[in-house]
Amino acid sequence: MNPAVHQFLSLDLWPIVAGTLAAVTCGLLGNFLVLRRQSLMGDAISHAVLPGLVIAFLLAGTRSAWPMFVGAALAGVATVVLVEVVRKLGRVEPGAAMGVVFSVLFALGVLLLEQAAARHVDLDADCVLHGQLETLFWFPPSEWGAFWDWLSWSAVPRQVWTLLVMAALASVLVTLLFKELRVAAFDPALATSQGFHAGVLHYVLMVFVAAATVASFEAVGSILVIAMLIVPAAAARLLTDRLGTQIGLSVVVAVLCGTGGYASATALPAAWGGGAVNAAGAMTVVSGALLLGAVMLSPSHGVFAKAVRRRRLSRRVALDDLLAALYRLWEQGQETVTRPTLAAFVPASTVGRAESDALRHALITTSAPDAVALTDEGMRRGAALVRRHRLWETYLVDRTEQRPDHVHDTAERFEHFGVEPPAGPRVDPHGRPIPDVSASD
Amino acid sequence: MNRGPLIVGHTKPATETHLSARPEHSADSPLSVHALTVAYHRRPVLWDIDYDAPANQLIAIVGPNGAGKSTLIKACLGLVPRASGQVEFWGRPYRQARARVGYVPQRESVDWDFPVSALDVVCMGRYRKIGWCRPVSRKHKAFARECLDRVGMADFAKRQISQLSGGQQQRVFLARALAQEAELYFMDEPFAGVDAATERAIIEVLRALRSQGKTVVCVHHDLQTVAEYFDHVLLLNMRVVAAGPVREVFTPAHLHQTYGGKLTLLTEAAEAVGRAAEGERQP
Repeated sequence: MNPAVHQFLSLDLWPIVAGTLAAVTCGLLGNFLVLRRQSLMGDAISHAVLPGLVIAFLLAGTRSAWPMFVGAALAGVATVVLVEVVRKLGRVEPGAAMGVVFSVLFALGVLLLEQAAARHVDLDADCVLHGQLETLFWFPPSEWGAFWDWLSWSAVPRQVWTLLVMAALASVLVTLLFKELRVAAFDPALATSQGFHAGVLHYVLMVFVAAATVASFEAVGSILVIAMLIVPAAAARLLTDRLGTQIGLSVVVAVLCGTGGYASATALPAAWGGGAVNAAGAMTVVSGALLLGAVMLSPSHGVFAKAVRRRRLSRRVALDDLLAALYRLWEQGQETVTRPTLAAFVPASTVGRAESDALRHALITTSAPDAVALTDEGMRRGAALVRRHRLWETYLVDRTEQRPDHVHDTAERFEHFGVEPPAGPRVDPHGRPIPDVSASD
Repeated sequence: MNRGPLIVGHTKPATETHLSARPEHSADSPLSVHALTVAYHRRPVLWDIDYDAPANQLIAIVGPNGAGKSTLIKACLGLVPRASGQVEFWGRPYRQARARVGYVPQRESVDWDFPVSALDVVCMGRYRKIGWCRPVSRKHKAFARECLDRVGMADFAKRQISQLSGGQQQRVFLARALAQEAELYFMDEPFAGVDAATERAIIEVLRALRSQGKTVVCVHHDLQTVAEYFDHVLLLNMRVVAAGPVREVFTPAHLHQTYGGKLTLLTEAAEAVGRAAEGERQP
């Protein structure tokens, strides 16, 4: 028997699976919460189900699944209704209404829990917070062969089955009602007027959130639930502009949180000789790191992408400015321009970069040492830029009735972009000719 | 948003004078509103509205801010609860007429950062025909694309909606309404904040709808263009001040009653418009 395999199968496998299933379930449902800008509602519900759970437990006298789910679902719906009531009657913002409702309900749940504990009841407040992922042992198997043994399947921890059913239900909901949930989140009025009642769909979603919360509670605790309702969807939203792709990516992020989080909870501390840390906590921290990664690296909204785009733009503007300056000097008869002359027309900070860019694209040549001249292609580009600049000046003077000496700065910005005012004018407001690009070709 | 109590005093006599001028209720009317009252927080927003929309017309709902124009539309569609009264479409309740009624909400009412493309939004107009739990088929997508083409937006089908200008967003909404293939359309300020080209495109689409025998009810803000764009007008300020063909009803006196004597600038503008409209009607 391989001890590493034995340890993995009996100690690590099902915690990983359970954590990942909980993350995927919450991540799927979280997409629609994030889109409706109701992420906090997940937080609210995951706390507010506690009194529902305790009451259901006290009434049913058992911790079996069904009473728990019914209690949680009712508590979830009650939360949504109460938030709405507090918002309307109290005339406060939705965030405040959610905060009031869930903190009060959670506190009520804790009080009820204390009462139940006094009667030697097996419900633990700690477990609600960070779960008991590490207790999902699997004893029968010793080798991979355990997967072909029916008996060993029956020893799989109950929480895993619960989470598996919940993940399947959430997937079915999101797949079947994809378009209904989408239209209800985007345009509730249209959805309702078409017969897809946005309010009802919202409650269905909330019942699922409440059920997912309960299914996840015992295994992973409420911290991970809250994080997974928000982080995978928010990270995925940064990476795409299509809802279908977003949902797919949110599942990927959730799986990464589940597996990566567990690995970093056990393997990383072990590498430094420490003991394993709480797995659900580690998964949540990993999710935060993934979100940070998405914020930095997103192709369209990311910090990094924006910086690259800005840099690229400023490089192009510097190159444009160089070519336009050389063209204007050429107009005045200077076919080759020495660097000191050029320095009077383009900013010193960018000229070096712009010059090497221009050389690389064969837009200028160094005809003499320390002097540059436009190539044919550079001439064409310079002419097009100066043409656009002067057309804009003409347009701004003609159409917006600005004084000719006020339009240069605006034209200087507009000339770098593809939009060109209608052709026709041959002379700009300062009396300079507007180059005709088609003729110079 | 300043609507004082004086409005009620102003509008009441007008309502009474025009009771006789209003058309009879009929089952042929695409929209009949009977004694409709709507209240928010126990304050009435619409009071005792009676209105029969004529079929195959472009109809404007005109009135000052807070007059209940959007609320009237929403109450008709069951989006806000009615305190009393009833609304019928071709003599039936809305539930039975849903497939024949299209709706274009105000552009600001939705989140334009939502991760969908222009084509996705137009497809939403087909959801009713597709039904519950079924994906959008290729056939419906092709139809949605045609609708985008009809408002001149075919090239923007794949564009994420936040990357569209205000006018383009409004056209996407209009294309979505076309995709609904309704017979009666409610549009909440389709001309608000759009460029001139979009305004022309929208009015062309509205006229095309009318020529196909459809009825369009628009909340409209621009008094200048009421006479040019619409056949029929409903002047509204909590109550119906007047309703009927533009040439009969869109008069300086009625506008004065609708907007209240206080708003002299608006009234003057309306009078100028009224005179212009009178002139236009005599070829």
